[in-house]
This record gives sequence, structure tokens and C-alpha cells, in this order.
Amino acid sequence: MSASAIVALPLLGAILPPLFARAGRTPALLAALAPSVVALLLLWGQAASVFSGVPEEVRVPWVPALGLEWALRIDGLGFFFASLILAIGILIFIYSRGYLAGNEPIGTFYAYLLLFQGAMLGVVLADNLLLLPVFWELTSLSSFLLIGFWCHLPDGRRGARLALAITGAGGLALLAGLILLGEVAGTYRLSELAARQELILASPLAPAILTLILLGAFTKSAQFPFHFWLPHAMAAPTPVSAYLHSATMVKAGLYLLARVWPVFGQTDAWVVWVTGIGAATMLLGATIALFKDDLKALLAYSTVSHLGLVTMLLGLGTPTAVFAAMLHVLMHATFKAALFMNTGIVDHETGLRDLRRLSGLAKVMPLTAGLGTLAALSMAGVPPLNGFVSKEAMLVEVLAARWGGGWPLWGLVGLAAILSAAYAFRYFSALFFGPLRLPEGRIPHDPPALLWGPPLVLVVAVVVLGLWPSLAEPLLAAASAAAVGAHAPWPELALWHGFGAPLVVSAVAFVIGAAMVWHYRALSGRVLAWALPFDGRRAFFSAQEWLVRGAHRLIARVHSGVLGRYVLLLAVVSLAALALGWGMGEGWRPQRAPTPMNGLGLIFAGVGLAAIGLVVRWHHKRLRAVLLTGAVGLVVSLAFLHASAPDLALTQISVEAVTTVLLLLMLFFLPQHDTEPVAKPRGAAAASILIGSVVGLLAWVMMRNDGPNLADYFWSRSVSEGGGSNVVNVILVDFRGYDTFGEITVLGIAALVIYALLQGMQEGVAREHLHAWRFPFALSPTRHPLPFAVTARVMLPFLLMAVFYIFFRGHNAPGGGFIAALLLALAFLIQYMASGLSWTMHRMRLDAHVWIGTGLLVAGATGMAAMGLGAPFLRSAHGEVHIPGIGPVPLASAMGFDLGVLLTVFGAVTLALVQLAHLGQLAGFLPSRTPMDPARPKPSEKEG
Amino acid sequence: MNAHLPILPVLIPVLSAAVMVALSRQDLVLARVLSFIAAAAQLVVALLLFAATGEGEILVYRLGDWPAPYGIALVADRLSAAMVLLTAILGAVLLLHAVCAWDRRGRHFHPLFQFQLMGIYGAFLTGDFFNLFVFFEVMLIASYGLMVHGGGAARLTNALQYMVVNLIASSLFLFAVALIYNAAGTLNFADLAQRVPTIPSSDRGILMAGGTLLCVVFLLKAAVVPLQFWLPGAYGHAPGVAAALFALLSKVGAYALLRFALVGLGWSSLAALEPLAWLTLLAGALGVLAAPSLGVLAGFASISSIGVLFVGLAGADAARLGAGLYYLVHSTLAGAALFVLADLVRSVRREEGDALVGGREFSGRALLGGLFFLVAIVTVGLPPLSGFVGKLAVLRNIPVTVIEGAASWVFVLMASFLLLLGLSRAGSRVFWKTQKDGGQASHGPAAGGVAALALLLAGTLVWALVAGPALAYFTQAAQALLEPGAYVQAVMGAGVYR
Repeated sequence: MSASAIVALPLLGAILPPLFARAGRTPALLAALAPSVVALLLLWGQAASVFSGVPEEVRVPWVPALGLEWALRIDGLGFFFASLILAIGILIFIYSRGYLAGNEPIGTFYAYLLLFQGAMLGVVLADNLLLLPVFWELTSLSSFLLIGFWCHLPDGRRGARLALAITGAGGLALLAGLILLGEVAGTYRLSELAARQELILASPLAPAILTLILLGAFTKSAQFPFHFWLPHAMAAPTPVSAYLHSATMVKAGLYLLARVWPVFGQTDAWVVWVTGIGAATMLLGATIALFKDDLKALLAYSTVSHLGLVTMLLGLGTPTAVFAAMLHVLMHATFKAALFMNTGIVDHETGLRDLRRLSGLAKVMPLTAGLGTLAALSMAGVPPLNGFVSKEAMLVEVLAARWGGGWPLWGLVGLAAILSAAYAFRYFSALFFGPLRLPEGRIPHDPPALLWGPPLVLVVAVVVLGLWPSLAEPLLAAASAAAVGAHAPWPELALWHGFGAPLVVSAVAFVIGAAMVWHYRALSGRVLAWALPFDGRRAFFSAQEWLVRGAHRLIARVHSGVLGRYVLLLAVVSLAALALGWGMGEGWRPQRAPTPMNGLGLIFAGVGLAAIGLVVRWHHKRLRAVLLTGAVGLVVSLAFLHASAPDLALTQISVEAVTTVLLLLMLFFLPQHDTEPVAKPRGAAAASILIGSVVGLLAWVMMRNDGPNLADYFWSRSVSEGGGSNVVNVILVDFRGYDTFGEITVLGIAALVIYALLQGMQEGVAREHLHAWRFPFALSPTRHPLPFAVTARVMLPFLLMAVFYIFFRGHNAPGGGFIAALLLALAFLIQYMASGLSWTMHRMRLDAHVWIGTGLLVAGATGMAAMGLGAPFLRSAHGEVHIPGIGPVPLASAMGFDLGVLLTVFGAVTLALVQLAHLGQLAGFLPSRTPMDPARPKPSEKEG
Repeated sequence: MNAHLPILPVLIPVLSAAVMVALSRQDLVLARVLSFIAAAAQLVVALLLFAATGEGEILVYRLGDWPAPYGIALVADRLSAAMVLLTAILGAVLLLHAVCAWDRRGRHFHPLFQFQLMGIYGAFLTGDFFNLFVFFEVMLIASYGLMVHGGGAARLTNALQYMVVNLIASSLFLFAVALIYNAAGTLNFADLAQRVPTIPSSDRGILMAGGTLLCVVFLLKAAVVPLQFWLPGAYGHAPGVAAALFALLSKVGAYALLRFALVGLGWSSLAALEPLAWLTLLAGALGVLAAPSLGVLAGFASISSIGVLFVGLAGADAARLGAGLYYLVHSTLAGAALFVLADLVRSVRREEGDALVGGREFSGRALLGGLFFLVAIVTVGLPPLSGFVGKLAVLRNIPVTVIEGAASWVFVLMASFLLLLGLSRAGSRVFWKTQKDGGQASHGPAAGGVAALALLLAGTLVWALVAGPALAYFTQAAQALLEPGAYVQAVMGAGVYR
């Protein structure tokens, strides 16, 4: 359990500092320290079980199907790294309290650091191949937030994005590699991998797995050629650089290499690549570090170099080299964190970290100078400091390496040793010694204890571990044993190994290094003139901009916003799909004889085709196009009639009438001039003809095909069970009444949308447009001709009777709620045309919304009545009602449903109509401001 | 009550919307109260339905008491119940955002919102593909209404394109239904499943022409390449609350495709769509890089997640299909969250809106920046939220040793990387690149929107935590799609007239 607590404490504790920061900066620090300290105590409480080789394990299933479980295990390796993470973390927290300015949000800063700490602990304690990348990516994310902590600085933003992109990409590769590794190994437990080494290496996927894992490790640990993100991560506040980007997070890659070492560590590919990349990185980093004047940049490249060194050691393939690697991880963490804090103090006190503008600081900051010098000497590998111990161990291992016969690598390492001695010497000699140079107006002095305390602790460790390195032996032995999966005879740690080749190399390196610093100016002038500065960040961002531009161009082409292209694309895809589908069948022959064509049919076809032709001809003349489209609809309804489908014909003709009137009303609001004809009529015509022909062909095929259908059932049940002899209507209100319910809802919604849209036009800018707008033609003086008005009013009762008639006969004969509703709407439409809006509206008391809502409720309630009786929604009942004097009248519950249809459809059409009319009124055109009433003595004269 | 469970998710929103239309045309308070009551009732019903189908029961509801295939049958099984629950949750959460930011900017927001929900429920529950057409119409017209809510030139232009393209798709839907009915003589999925094997090869051309055409319609709804073009503009300019709900609409397309192709046509898998899924991934990811504003970016991110979804759905085994379905839920929550976030940014950045440019300091920057960070994590598929688990689940179930599998891996991972680039670029510009001096005078983000966003994010966290049982659930649901025997039997079982 304590393993879970160790990981969870910092993660959950991250919420505390922002809260406590409200009370002050010190409470925030204490809130940040509390989880870490407790976690560290818990961790060390596990020491006994770790060193006895029986690690504590926690396993909670998370997603068993994927192999993902919350599995943590504190073995020697995990214990070693976790101790580093927590111990250095505590020092960093204390340091940060002194480092951050008073007005900076320290609570947030601590929260991010704690998130990172928890994630990093998760990385090193996870015992599941899929849980590890979870924490891995979390470290990248918290690193992103911390690098971008000073987000007002462009460097901070870009550095953060760069680091996230590189480590994020590596994380993806790692995820892929680990999924495959688990699949090949048949287990997702890290601790079980070593036992399955043969199985894994035998898989054909092994090279791919290794490549992907190495990509993950190399990006995270800033190995060449991915090293360039790390120096730019230095835009972060210095505590972050010390903690994440030198002591811990960048070592996650090294940790991973150590973890998979038992599986891959002794394969040829591993030795070649890991050693090679490590050595290259080591040399490259050291070279660049020497020529950096920015203290943090110097330290950053030095870190790159040291990470390369450890990588190289892990690549050598011998257990003792792994031990040396662990040793150097520890030593590097101590002296490098101390150096970063030292730089932070200099920066804090002088506002600068440029070696060209600072020197001789020992005179004003003796304590800082002392600590910095000691740490830098350790970095150079000078005895008796801890850097010397690990460098010796490294040299011994390299000399013993089987790869490259030892010597070529030996040369590289020697060169790197010279360079690192040189930049380490330069760090303290140029900064702290020589003549005092300072930025104007600043008098630096040693900082408060909050800032020098933490590096002091580290420097003490540097000295102690240098003098008595065997103190660290149990810890490192446990870590190495866990890494290589076996206990090996670990090298004995001592300051003094006697004279030998390593010592000679060290001595030579110090001499040459010192000489290089002595002649630094001449050297740097020559080298800098010669070096080709490759700016990784600039390359990355220009590559990204190139990608963005390319994406822009592509997307602009594909998502052109040109509707015609979209429609054409949809048509092409549909035609292709049809062809594909048709091709899956074979041997279709027409099964039904065609109905013979007669004269009437020919006339319909001719009129219809002519109308269509004219619509195409006059597509840019709106009025004609609308009228001709209406004519096509009429022909279609006649064709329905001819084909014995009176219900369809009635529906079609009433729909035509209503839509044509609505469209004509709409025309009023469009520009009165014609639009431009289609620019490329040929292409459009070809496409249209093709699509039309295919649709026609489909219709022809369907009509000539004699497939199964449901019609018999409907025929046979319509009267007996549906209670109506008009099968079409029974289908609509009973068999498939649910469809109808949905469709009247669609109509209702459409009306509401029209209302909402046009209401929107009556407000804001559109309203002013409407007011300013003038009808360009002369208006007729008598817009409501008396004969029309009178006739319309006389007709109204007859029309209403017709509505009733059509509605009630609907269940047994052509008619029904839908047609009745359209007729009803037409009846009022006629009144509106004849007498104007106000007159009509004045007499229609109920708002159209009410009709729509009520209609849906009536239809729904009819259907739900059945539910009350234990039957499903829309279950119908029918029977005969005996009305005295008239006799038995057939009645079906479906009529209630049909009434709902009538109300909704009527409401929908009326709402659209009234809303359009309102808009017209607003535009100042529609004449009906004063109700036109023939009964009044003075007919409207001012209406002109 | 329990006997009527499958119809209630449709009836509750439509009747409450009808009451709103009839009574509260002018009264927003009444509409809000009704809307919340309706949302709560939908949640309860959805939970009951989820519980009632949890053990694999298939509830069949025969409307009008007519036997299938003559009447319309509603079918609630594991998959549809889960989708209904997802819809109910999303609807309820988004109402919080709606009442704070949107419902007073135009007319009839609440009825339209309820109608939209009704359409989605109806599509998830129906077992009949003409009825599916009807509910697609309900969804389409309601979504158009929500899309133009509040007006504005860019919004209207994009919505008009959406409407035209989708109306054409509706006609294609009708053609397809006619063709299928002509060859198979039925409109019912289960009946179709029974009849397809018996259809003579001479009629197969008609059947499959209709089948493939219907697939095109569903792919258009799901915004799969090459039919993805309508989405970013339409959703990106729609009111955020509507766009967030529309995150579900494309899933309806995917759902309908699964039902139709796997159950109705009896295909063994959607493997043929895998290459389209790759292109969809790529198009979405590149679009995220190219997007000029957060809203449009959210649209492209949705497209990209549709790509991952279809990579999962292309599987022929229940585990992979189940992973795809798990991802579907994630993708809905994540897409909705991104749209809500874009909307909130638009509301507080008076001058720049949601454009991806730096600008002046705005109130709520830290809060929105933090939320964006989390939303980006979900969208890219980084741990610990559901995007990561979803991606992991999909990848884990794709065999990398076959060439299509390897390609799917490459595309999924590459798209993740591009999304990472795009979102960090976008976030850095909007939330980091601010001038400290001269903040914009604006109110902070509305509490309801922030609450909705927080709930959505919490949802993705919960979804990641319950991934174990959730994947098991969807694997069973996927099994039912691949072996629809029980489904067919449940629908066609009793009293079939021949």
C-alpha cells in the first residue's frame, strides 16, 4: 500500500499549495513539503524489504482486458530513483521559496512541481508496461507547464512547446514499443520481462520494439539527435531546470534503459546503438558546453553530455557498467543540481548569467563562490569530490568494454573528459575569479539561507560521497542488481584506486582542460568562427510552420466552402457507391411488364418535361422558376391520379399550392433583379443529366422488379384491425403512425426554425435594412380588390366544410388530417391575400405556436392513452358509436391521432406564413396596417 | 412503466417541447424549468433502460402493437441503451451551459434542444430503417435550428451549406430505402437480416446498390473522408452549446452504419472502411494544424477522432469493435468539451474571439487555460484521461503484424502527434501569448459553461477509471452486433405473419 501512497501523495497533494498560498508563501512551501516528506519517509520505511530483495508490490486491476493495471513495485532500482526524486525535490521546494519573486504565483508553481514529482515517482515505481507510459507522459505534461511558467516570455512558450513536441513524440513511440513488448512477451509486468528474454528476442518484432523504446528513451534523455530541446527548456525558472532538466526527469530515459537492460542489454543492436548514441551525445554536449557564455546553457549542454555518458555506460552490455551508470546518475544529480542552484543565485542577485559580463564574484559573494567552485570541480572530476569517483569508474568500464576493442571509445571518452574539465573550470574561474565585473547599479551579495541552504546540502553530499563513496554502495548495488536482474560482483568504491590508466587520463584532462580555459579567448574565437551553429529549435519551428502552411493549403482546397463542389463530390461518391453495390449482383432481368403508355400519359410527360426544360432555361429568373416548379408539381400530382393514387395526388397538389404561395411571398424579400445565370452551364448540365438519368434508371428498375413486399398484410388487416378502408391512411395513422408522429414533429420544428430565423431578422442590423428598404416598383392602388375580398369571405365556410369532410372521410376514403390541414391553411391564406394580414390575424385568435404544440400533444396523448390501458404507444381501437338519429358511425381512435396531425400541420404552415407577412409589414410594404373591411364606410384610401 | 421504457426517451422530450411551444413562447423561465425537468426525467429513464438491458436483455417495443416487420419496432439492447444514457447525460450537462449563455440569444432554444434530443434517442432506439430516416429528419431540422440560433452571417452561410448537403443526403437515404425495400420487401433491420441470405443473386444488385448508398449517407453523417467537408464550418460557427451536442450526431451516423451493415446486411466487419479511417485521421489532424479559430479546430479534432473511431470499428472481432465503441463515448465527451471551451473563450475574448492569435489579457485566463490544458490532454489522447485509454484500447486490439494493422498504428500515432503540435500551438497563442497591460473589459466565463465543461472533463476521468468494466460491456455489445441472432429472434419472435 505504501507504494501507492508514495505516488499518490504528491499527485493529490498538488492541490494544497495553491490553497495555502492564500495564507502566504511560507505556508505554501510547507504545504508542498508535507506530501514529499511523508512520501520520502514511507519510501525509506521500505528500505528493509528492498535490501532483502523482497520488494513490496501493489496490484489493483484497472483494465484487465488491455493488461493495464495499477501495479507498483519498490525494488532496488525504483527505490534508488525514487529517493533521488524525493530528496532533491525537497531541496528544490525550499530553494524555490527563496527564488520566486513575491508577486509570482508560488502556489501554482508548487502544484506543478508536485504533479511532476508524483508522475516521476510513478515512472520509476510502475510495474506495468502500460502504466509506465501513463506517468511518462504526465512528466512531459508537467514539464510543459513548468517550462512555460513564465508564459509572457516568447522563449518560455517556444521552449515548452518544443520540449513537449519532442518528448511527446518519443512518448508515443514508447507507448507503441511497450504495447508490442507486452504482446510479444505475453505479460505486461515489467518484473516478469527478464524471465522471457528469449521469447522476446526470438520475435520478428524485436527490432521494432527496441527501436521504439530507444526512441522514447533518447528523446526523454535528450540524446543526439533529439538533444536540442533540453537547452531551450532552460527558459524555465531555475529550480525547474535543476530538478526536472538535470536531476530527475531527463533521467527517466536512463531509467527506462536500465529497466529493459535484462532483455535487450546484451544484444548487438543495443550495444552498437546505445553506446554509439551515448558517446556521440557526450562529446557533442561537452563541445557545445565549452563555448556557451550563458551559465544555464553551459550547464544544459553539460547535462546533455553527462546523460550521454550514462547512456554509453548502459550500452556497454556489462553489469558492472550498469553499476557505474547508476553511480554517475547519483553523482551527477548532486553536483549538477547544486550548480543549477548556484547559477540561480547568481541570476537572482545580479540579474545576469552571462559569463562575458560577469566575473570576480567571489569578492562579493564568497559563500556562493565557494559552493559553486566545489560543485564545478566535482563536475570536472577533480578528486576528492564525488565526480571523480564516478568518472574513474566510467573510465574503468570503458577500458574493459568488449565493443570497439575499448580503444576507439577510450579516445572519445578521453576527449570528452578534457572538454568537460575545460567547461567546468571555465564555469567557476570566469565567474568567481578575476577582476570584479558587474551590471551597473547592482550590488550583489550572498543570498538568504533559503537560497544557499539547499545547494550547501548538496555540496556536502558531493564532498562526503567523494571521500567515502562506499557509503552509497548498498543503494547502488541494490539498484544495479534490480536493473540487471542478478547480483554481480560489483566494483568496490573507493576514492583511491592506485595509479592506472584512468588516473592518467584524468590528469591529462585536467592539464589540457586548464590550458584551454587559459587560452579560452583565442580558442573560442577560432572555434566559433568555424562551427556551424545548428539551431534545433529554429529548425523545428520552421518545419512546423512549413507543415502548418501545407495543411492550410490542403485544407483550403478540400474545405473550399464552395457548395457546388461539395454537392458534386457527394454526387460522385453516391454514384460510385451505387455502381459498386449494383456490381455485387448479377443477372437481373425486368420481371414485370411495363404499363402501356397512353395518350394522356404522353401529354403529362410532355408538359412535365417542357416545364423542367423551361425551369432550366430560366433558372436565374426567380418568379418564373418558382411558377414553373409549381407546374411540374401539378403534373406529378396528375400522374399520381392517373396511376390510381388519389391520396398521393391530393397531398401533392395541396403541398404544391402551399409551397408555391410561400415561395412567392419569399421572393418579395429577395433582390428584385434576376441573378446571374450559371457560369458553366455545360458542366452543370452534364452532371445534372447524369444524376437524373441514374435516378430515373433506378426508378425504372424498381418498377420493373417484382420483389416481396408487405402490402398483402396491410390490405388484409386494414379494415379488420385498423378500422379503416383507406389503406394509405391506416398505414399513416396506425401501422406506421410513429413515422407520421415523427414527420409532423419535423414540420413543427421547421416552422419554429422559420419563426426563430425571421424573428432574428426583425432585430438588430437586419431590422434597419428592412426599414430602409423600398419596393422598387409602383404598387397597385387597390391591393385588396373588393370582389376578391368578398368572394374569399363567402368561400370561407365552404372551405371549412370541405376541410371537415376531407378530415373525417380520411380513414375510409382519400383524405385525412394532413390534406385537411393544408386545405385549412389555404383557406386562411386566401383570406390573408384578399384582406390583408391584420384583418386575418385579428380574427384568428390563437397563436400558431399553440396549434403546433397542441397538435403534438393531441397526437401524443392519443398514442399514450393506449399505454394507460397496458398496450404499447399508438395502439389503436376502433368501433361504432351509435348516435341517435344518425345511427351507427364508425369511429377509430386513430382519428384522434389524425386530429393531432391536422393541428400541427396547420399550425406549422400558418406560423411560417404569418411570420413572413410580419416581415413584410416591417419592410413597410404590406398594405394591411389598416384592416381592409368592405363594411366600413371609407375604404382604405391612404393605403397607396 | 418498465414495459414502456423504450418509447419514453422519445416521448419525454417531444411532449415537453410541445408544452413549451404551446405555453411558453414568451416565457424563458418556464421553458428552462420544463427543460430541466425533461432532462432529469430523461436521465432517470435512460438509467432504468441501461439497468434493464445490462444483462444482455433485448427489449422490443412494438408500436401500435403491430408485429414486426409490419409495424415499427423499437429495440433496446446494451448498445442502444448505452447510447441513450450517453445522450441523456450530455443533454443534461449542456443545459447548464445553455441557460447561462445561449437560450436568450434567439427564439425557441429549449424546444429545439429537446427536439434534437428526441431525434437522437429515436435514431438510437429504432429497429426500422424507414423510421430511422424519420428521426434523421428530426435531427437534421432541429440541428439546423440550433445551428442558426442567435444568427450572424458566418453562422447562416455555413448552416445553409450544412442544410443543403444534408437534404441531398436525405433524398439519397430515401432512394436507398426504396431500393432495399424493393429487393427485400422489408424495412426492419432484423427482418432484413433474415431475408438477405435468401435474396436471389439477380436481386442482389438492387439490394446492394441501396445498401452501399445508405452507407454513403451514414458516412456523410459520421463525417468520414471524403464526406467530412461539411463539418468544421458548420459546427465551428454554430453556437457552442449546439456544436457540443452535435458531437453526438456524427456518432449517430457511425451507430446507424454498424446496425445497418453488421446486423441488417450481415457483413462480417467494416474492414473495407479502414483506409477511409486513415484519411479521416489525417484530414482531421492537418485541419487542427490549419484551423484559424478554436471552434473550427474543435470541428477538425472531431473529424480526427472519428478516424480513430472507425479504425476501431473496422475490426472483425468483438474486442476491437468494443474498443471502438468505448472510444466513441470518449470522443463524444471530448468533442463536446472542446466545443464548450471554444465557446467560453469566444465569450470572454471580446476582441479576438476564439481566433488563434495572441491578444490582450482577459478575465478568466488562468481558469480557461487550465481547462484548455485538460481538454487538450483528452483530445490528443494523453494520460490519464479517457483519450489515452481509448487510444490504447484501439491500438491494443489491432494486429500490428498485418499490413493494415501496422498502417492503422502509424496513422493513429501520427495523428496524435499532429494534434499535440496543433493544440499546444493553439493553447500557447490564446492563453499564454497575452499582453499584460490593458486587459479587455469583460466579464469572466459564465458559471454554467464552466460547470458543464468541468462535468464533461470529470466524465472523461470517470470513463478512464471505469475502463475495465466499460470495455467488457462494449465488447459484449459488439459481440451482439457481430452475431445478431438474439437480436433478430427478439424482434421477429412472436406472432409473425407470413
